[in-house]
Amino acid sequence: MLDFFKKGLQKTREALKNRMEDLFVKREITEEFYEELEEILISADVGVETTLKVNAALREKISKGKVKEAEKARILLKELIAEMMGSNEDITLKVPVSSPAVYLLLGVNGVGKTTTAAKMAYSFSQEGKKVLLAAGDTFRAAAIEQLEHWSEAVGAGLIKHQTGGDPSAVIFDAVNAAVSRKVDILLCDTAGRLHTKKNLVEEVKKIYRVIGKVIPDAPHETLLVLDATTGQNGIAQALLFQEAIPLSGIILTKLDGTARGGIVIAIKEMTGLPVKMIGVGEKKEDLHPFDPAGFAEALLV
Amino acid sequence: MDLALREVRLALLEADVNYKVVKEFVTSLKERAIGAEVLQSLTPGQQVVKIVHEELVKLMGETQSKIVSPERGRSPGAIMLVGLQGSGKTTTAAKLSVYLKKNGSNPLLVAGDVYRPAAIDQLKILGKEAGIPVFSMGKDDPVKIARQALREADQKGNDYLLIDTAGRLHIDEELMGELERIKENVDPLEILLVVDAMTGQDAVNVARSFHERLQLTGIILTKLDGDTRGGAALSVRQVTGCPVKFAAFGEKIEAFEPFFPERMASRILGMGDVLSLIEKAQEVVDQEKSRELEKKLRSQSLTLEDFLDQLQQVKKMGPLENILEMIPGINTMGKGLKNLSLDEKQLDRVEAIIKSMTRDERQQPEIINSSRKRRIALGSGTSVQDINRLLKQFDQMKKMFKQLGALEKGRLRKQKGLFPFK
Ligand SMILES: Nc1nc2c(ncn2[C@@H]2O[C@H](COP(=O)(O)OP(=O)(O)OP(=O)(O)O)[C@@H](O)[C@H]2O)c(=O)[nH]1
Ligand SMILES: [Mg+2]
Repeated sequence: MLDFFKKGLQKTREALKNRMEDLFVKREITEEFYEELEEILISADVGVETTLKVNAALREKISKGKVKEAEKARILLKELIAEMMGSNEDITLKVPVSSPAVYLLLGVNGVGKTTTAAKMAYSFSQEGKKVLLAAGDTFRAAAIEQLEHWSEAVGAGLIKHQTGGDPSAVIFDAVNAAVSRKVDILLCDTAGRLHTKKNLVEEVKKIYRVIGKVIPDAPHETLLVLDATTGQNGIAQALLFQEAIPLSGIILTKLDGTARGGIVIAIKEMTGLPVKMIGVGEKKEDLHPFDPAGFAEALLV
Repeated sequence: MDLALREVRLALLEADVNYKVVKEFVTSLKERAIGAEVLQSLTPGQQVVKIVHEELVKLMGETQSKIVSPERGRSPGAIMLVGLQGSGKTTTAAKLSVYLKKNGSNPLLVAGDVYRPAAIDQLKILGKEAGIPVFSMGKDDPVKIARQALREADQKGNDYLLIDTAGRLHIDEELMGELERIKENVDPLEILLVVDAMTGQDAVNVARSFHERLQLTGIILTKLDGDTRGGAALSVRQVTGCPVKFAAFGEKIEAFEPFFPERMASRILGMGDVLSLIEKAQEVVDQEKSRELEKKLRSQSLTLEDFLDQLQQVKKMGPLENILEMIPGINTMGKGLKNLSLDEKQLDRVEAIIKSMTRDERQQPEIINSSRKRRIALGSGTSVQDINRLLKQFDQMKKMFKQLGALEKGRLRKQKGLFPFK
């Protein structure tokens, strides 16, 4: 993943290289150093509050370790952010012993839920697993057709109803089908919804409940799909969806652009939700496991 | 003063206004604030807020902008919609076409997103629902599609050509080049960048790149129906100099309207969006009454009679949450108030209380003493506490409008009311 980050960010990296060298290589640690660091973090959407926290923690590390050179501070900072973003255990997806694994994807409009479902289906198929997709977006025009296209492209089964139908009914059928067809993994796409719309949040709660009716410990992962270009509103998204149903992690998409997705640090601080995967393009292969160190590195470009 | 400026800086950063834009803005504010005439009636904090608001409005653009009209007798005017993946171009194309049609135009939608699976189907379905023709050629070269569509529009007598394009990253050389070629081929009247209102700091990079490659003519801001403060609007406006022309605030085709810069300034600052609220109310409020109300609002001579009136209007307006979110101060008053779910029952209670008042009491709530309160409570089946609460809220509301009036000065032109209450 590190490679990927590097490739995706090459341009920005070049543009900012001088600045980073200024900040980290040739310098000593001064107040100005912290100020510039603050700018870098805020510009990556980390948010003011979390940026101040990170900065304070770094100060402490620096004084404890009696660090003088900026380059060393950079390594400390990377470690700090990687630590904040969690360990490897956090990113593994839960797999049940006896039933199909049911993974539910949700998020606001246009973040990449459908594409992510397809990418996940592809990557599990590549591992030789039997995968089923559920077309839980019965609202948006041509959402079912979109997933249908993907199911063919990645060679996964599809359970669908009609546009305008009840999404929890599709999901209910899909979970049952997953059990009877003995698939390994069921991936549930859902319609984009804003976390502020009560009725739509109720709808996703119902979907969640319906899954649990068929398989008691499911969904095994409830993943919030978050667009890396999202600013501070990402926090409200995580908090409000979390309030409605227990989320288990985040998938951060569109990291192939110039946005660095720093909001996930703030979200991790506030909710404990780990990032589990990242999306780095529009193709089926463009999904990777989250790597905290690589993320921290890219963030500090 | 410095403290107030720090607060402003924080508020703007939390609203996702770009770091550099904030920096410049605060510097210019400082200069203005120092040179400003001191108004007796305002505290230094209020003074800053006033200046900030004025400057923000200036930055956002003071007037509302329109879509350029196609020249009469010439070929149809093309409008290109461009932007990142998932920003809402396809839905926005459909919304804009409906908006143009309502204003007497005859637009043609063009399915130019040949990459995202089912994007063409999506536009076709939306066009069909809205009764707008859609031109598509399947997964052909988007440049060719645009050119053909222009010819088609010319033949069929469409005055506008709305070209939906595939979402793309601003750093994608190949796809940015494709947009340039579409532009060369259709000589568009407008190139509109569609921006998700939830976008963070990166909005400046995106807008700058699109603008450099295509010379944008305007911006459309989407997904404003959420709780995002939408500071990206300011960033984008600042780096491109282009006006934000439209705002989209829902998944339905009608959830689309011209953009009001001063409202956005208030929203970014977290002042609530009283003007949108008022506009929304306008649709259901009787015109005559509202003109009267406007006068009253300005002169601060609101009565409980008006309040009751509004209450009855509110019931017609539908989901209270939506409306509540637009009320100024709701955001800053914090969770306590936000979490209050407003049910019909509470409305009924307020209605009952006001109905149990005499005409005089409604006109001059000051005269309501404790014996009157007891009588009203009895008459409405409520308690004296309920009545106290209502009176207090009414009072606060009046004060709030007063402050707002000062802030917005003459801006509350088309004022129709709707009142916050508990
Ligand atoms: N560059 C890039 N684009 C992505 C990525 N993931 C998704 N996209 C694109 O983003 C757009 C929206 O993706 P969808 O999967 O349709 O998003 P969604 O969340 O299902 O959208 P709705 O169902 O409409 O709410 C599409 O054009 C995708 O190709 C990514 O990691 N990088
Ligand atoms: Mg989708």
